[in-house]
Amino acid sequence: MTATHPAGSAALEALYQEQILAHYRHPHGKGTLAAADATVTTRNPLCGEEATVTVTLDRTGPDVRVRDIRFTSDGCSISQASASMMTDLARGRTATEIAALTDRFADLLRGDAAATHDETLGPLQAFATLSRVPARIPCALLAWKALADALRPQ
Amino acid sequence: MTTVMTRRADFPLLVRQPGLHYLDSAATAQKPAVVLDAEREFYETSYANPHRGAYALSARATECYHDARTGVARFFGLRDAACLIFTRGTTESLNLVATAWGMHNVRPGDEIVVTRLEHHANFVPWQQLALARGAAFRIVELTPDGRVDIDLLRHAVTPRTKVVAVAHVSNALGTITPLGEVAAIARSVGALVVVDGAQSAPHMAVDIEALDVDFYAFSGHKMGAPTGIGGLIGRREILEAMPPYQMGGDMIEVVGDERTSWNVLPHKFEAGTPNVGGAVALAAAVRYLTSIGMTEVRRHEQTLTAMAIERLGALPGVRLYGPDATRRSGVVSFTVDGIHAHDLATILDQEGVCVRAGHHCAQPLLRRLGVSATARASFFVYNDAADVDALVSGVRSAQTLFHGPRVVSPGTPARPATASR
Ligand SMILES: Cc1ncc(COP(=O)(O)O)c(C=O)c1O
Repeated sequence: MTATHPAGSAALEALYQEQILAHYRHPHGKGTLAAADATVTTRNPLCGEEATVTVTLDRTGPDVRVRDIRFTSDGCSISQASASMMTDLARGRTATEIAALTDRFADLLRGDAAATHDETLGPLQAFATLSRVPARIPCALLAWKALADALRPQ
Repeated sequence: MTTVMTRRADFPLLVRQPGLHYLDSAATAQKPAVVLDAEREFYETSYANPHRGAYALSARATECYHDARTGVARFFGLRDAACLIFTRGTTESLNLVATAWGMHNVRPGDEIVVTRLEHHANFVPWQQLALARGAAFRIVELTPDGRVDIDLLRHAVTPRTKVVAVAHVSNALGTITPLGEVAAIARSVGALVVVDGAQSAPHMAVDIEALDVDFYAFSGHKMGAPTGIGGLIGRREILEAMPPYQMGGDMIEVVGDERTSWNVLPHKFEAGTPNVGGAVALAAAVRYLTSIGMTEVRRHEQTLTAMAIERLGALPGVRLYGPDATRRSGVVSFTVDGIHAHDLATILDQEGVCVRAGHHCAQPLLRRLGVSATARASFFVYNDAADVDALVSGVRSAQTLFHGPRVVSPGTPARPATASR
């Protein structure tokens, strides 16, 4: 009765790429900014997982720009690794650039073939195989939702 | 080694998916062929709207519905079958009581008592009733091993307590609540006892007359019946004194232009065309369980639970929640150091093992345990030792993936995985 299930350890390692596990173990940008311009918490209602994103913003240009960013989360490796990569990618970028990147990331998670060759996604490519596990996609997008809210014009 | 007999062959989904280790029966149970056959047979031979048509087929459907109620009542040892109301399940049953009884009997200054173990379905309706009626809402805390603390319950219950609402068995930890003690305490102040039986009805013998509680709610889908059918068992005097919950067809006696009188039990609480097919299937499900014997169901699950507790507990870094196997049903809730429950569930899924990960609709409990999520394996009649093997081996795969192939000891910081690709 055992071992007749199609997937095995290869599938597992494809899903939990080393980059994901590395970011989970040693997350970038974890913490809270003291003088934050915006703090947003999002929750995945299915599992109760939370992510909080704090940002400091530069509003001098035509488009608001992320000066600095931190996240906190009690979530799974997928949500933490995604948030960790997000802090690297968002720092110094404008709201418009971040919105485009978020959409592209969502395309990748949906299994869009073109997105898997999109170099702008950088380390986020490690999540490409998540399209086979749709139940976990909200985990990968949790912190990005918080960031989008934080950048929404007041 | 205890031999554990499997009834897997009775369940078509499990027969079709031989590699599947279904360990999520606390969420919902797979369906035996006899239930699917009974439902189909009913629709193919006896289906019409019950209670309405003046023709033989409708009379036949009415009889099937009536027989289903009698059969399910007998399963619970209920003598007066009219005190079994068919509902969509536990959630609807508990809302029925909290609304139809609660809104008319709970007054400002009264007290409502629940426990820290409750599923949201037996927590939120009472919390909201308390808010709506200006009553106090008390939560009885647990012993360290996750049982309702009876001493704390004794202190929480006062002459102002109108209702004590408790889970017979916790879905998150499996804890079995000693209902006799709870009922005695509630009885001493004249409070009602409302029991969430969602996790006891499928897994142990329930003799409703012996339990001496006022309401007992259950869900058919956790017992092998389809979704959308379940029940509420209540005391006749209380049900008769209560106003209806929903208004419409079937539940009326005479509808005047200004006033309406209510139908007799159980119809007063069954507005609209009932789920006859579901009731027929539920009756088949309880026949199936009876053919095994509820004592045997309990023994079988207890064996697997003890096995899982022992084998998971032997793995370094695994934390188990809840009491020992004799005081819990077939539920094993656990966490693994350094691995979030969701990751664990995804990894187990890759090996064909279905477990639930999350708060199990019991956020007040998980907050108190100090975890945001646990993984939960739960057993039913079709599980066997191979399912426990697969669970344990899946947890070890997860540890290997996250911590590397060597044995991890609790508290050791996670090491980078030694990639074996
Ligand atoms: C203890 C307990 N109470 C209530 C419920 C709610 O049951 P249902 O969703 O069938 O109404 C469940 C099942 O999820 C449960 O396990």
